[in-house]
Amino acid sequence: MAISTTTPTTPASATTGPPRAKRRDDTRLAMLFIAPALIGFLVFMVWPTLRGIYLSFTKFNLLTPAEFNGLDNYVRMVQDPVFWNALRVTVLYVVINIGLQTVLALAIAVMMQRLTKRTWLRGVILTPYLVSNVVAALVFLWILDYQLGVGNRVLELIGVDRIAFLADSAWVIPTVAVINVWRHVGYTALLIFAGLQTIPESMYEAGRIDGASEFAMFRRITVPLLRPILALVLIITVVGSFQVFDTVAVTTRGGPVDSSRVLQYYIYDMAFGRFQFGYASAMSVALLVVLVVITFVQYRLTRAESSDLA
Amino acid sequence: MATTATPVAVPGTDTTRPPSPKAGFNLGRAFAWLFMILVILVSLFPFYWMLRTALSSNNALYAGSDSLLPVQTSGGGFARVFGLQTGQEAIDAGGAGQPISFWHYLANSVIVSTLITAGQVFFSAMAAYAFARLQWRHREKVFAFFLAGLMIPAIFTLLPNFVLIKELGLVDTLLGIALPTMLMTPFAVFFLRQFFLGISREVEEAALVEGASKVRVFFRLILPMSTAPLATLSILTYITAWNEYFWPLMVSYTDRSRVLTVALGVFKSQTPQTGPDWSGLMAATLVAALPMLILFFFFAKRIVNSIGFSGIK
Repeated sequence: MAISTTTPTTPASATTGPPRAKRRDDTRLAMLFIAPALIGFLVFMVWPTLRGIYLSFTKFNLLTPAEFNGLDNYVRMVQDPVFWNALRVTVLYVVINIGLQTVLALAIAVMMQRLTKRTWLRGVILTPYLVSNVVAALVFLWILDYQLGVGNRVLELIGVDRIAFLADSAWVIPTVAVINVWRHVGYTALLIFAGLQTIPESMYEAGRIDGASEFAMFRRITVPLLRPILALVLIITVVGSFQVFDTVAVTTRGGPVDSSRVLQYYIYDMAFGRFQFGYASAMSVALLVVLVVITFVQYRLTRAESSDLA
Repeated sequence: MATTATPVAVPGTDTTRPPSPKAGFNLGRAFAWLFMILVILVSLFPFYWMLRTALSSNNALYAGSDSLLPVQTSGGGFARVFGLQTGQEAIDAGGAGQPISFWHYLANSVIVSTLITAGQVFFSAMAAYAFARLQWRHREKVFAFFLAGLMIPAIFTLLPNFVLIKELGLVDTLLGIALPTMLMTPFAVFFLRQFFLGISREVEEAALVEGASKVRVFFRLILPMSTAPLATLSILTYITAWNEYFWPLMVSYTDRSRVLTVALGVFKSQTPQTGPDWSGLMAATLVAALPMLILFFFFAKRIVNSIGFSGIK
């Protein structure tokens, strides 16, 4: 960066220096200190972001140089039924995943708050989060196996027909959504739990004195005061949920047919299965736009910046 | 605020109140506990089922699908995963017969996660110090630029980053997997800067007056005073790196650079389609999950308490 050359101080004022060390300008040292992080940031975050946008306007197969082809990829995308299906499947996944996860996490957090704040309980709740999506996917692939899975044995015992959870086009997305709820609900619950700690206990005491029921207090105290934190949690989890890939890649590979071909899996398949990096990049840009818009809209809708506690 | 209206405002009552504040609410509490017990069971059952299946024999899984204990207890699953069974033995036991050695993937995962953690935490700490304590022009602007990086979903950078790693000739190497997150993440910089800002300036000023350089202050004063947040960040970074799947899947093509998550996917795709090697697969998932569970066992309190909004706000 050019900043170091415009240092106003004299050259002699390097870092190791006279005993009087209270200099107001550390530009050189600062440049040295942020250099690795800045290089990492520019090379592996800023540059790929710009390049990803550029590649979306090209025809690129990774072996020959990228050829500019204008809006071709975007025209193709708009006309590609598989893309629209992938978007639909992804949105369906996000709705089920986030809906279920948020309700469950809120319930767990509130109950932990009322029952016990012991660390061991929070530890147990968080345990599934410690394993990778791949591990979670494989365990549930086995538990939900049509023939041998213990999940289907349980269904049989209570008199319900076996379900081909990951092989049935109607069940596959809800199943993937639930698997990921299993892994992430504890983390989300602990985030909400942390938010609950910001609500003064005196509010609940006042509520009790007024004879309010637990449910009334939940509705009148917890929910309104937790709103800004819930909004933040929703933004984080929704953005994460849209990027679903691992579970699908390990269990169904997009099938049966295209019923679990989520956007990110389609992008991966397009890039590494068919070497159409240009088109894959265009779809990545579409996903990026969707995420930015959702973040923005959600932020405005839930008024994340304002709290009733003020 | 209702605090003033509280009739039991005796100073002692607020703090010395370990049992439930309302004992007369039993039915609701019982239901709540029932719900929590269910949540605990659902959280932990899959781990038990991994172990139970890993210790069973494939051939007995069908007949014994009702058994909660391992059926025909055998260490064959683990033997296959660590390449201790020869091809024919493995096929007879329901495996794929390809040579597979999870020791190797375990080592790869350890190397990649260690590289990422050590590099990311150290370089982010240096940058965070520059942002928190050093005086230089455009400091706030550069920091805002870093923060904007939090807005970019990681997934968007993966494809172009792969192109870059390929151009650098680092495809199918451990360094290629580690490099993009080895130098920084905006979150790590932000998290540590917050902490450094909170350190009292007095000790630091005293050292500077005594003639210590700012480099020395950073290494001898700031870093030792920050062991707690550095440890927390390191553990979280290690877990994230260990569990990463998408990026290593892109970069590694052969055993040379396969980490555990990717190897699990390969193991799964090689297993016979008609009768998957469940025992071997569950042994493999256990091998992949166990190191993080052990880490969690020792640092549970630190990890659990680190989840919150202190770093994000």
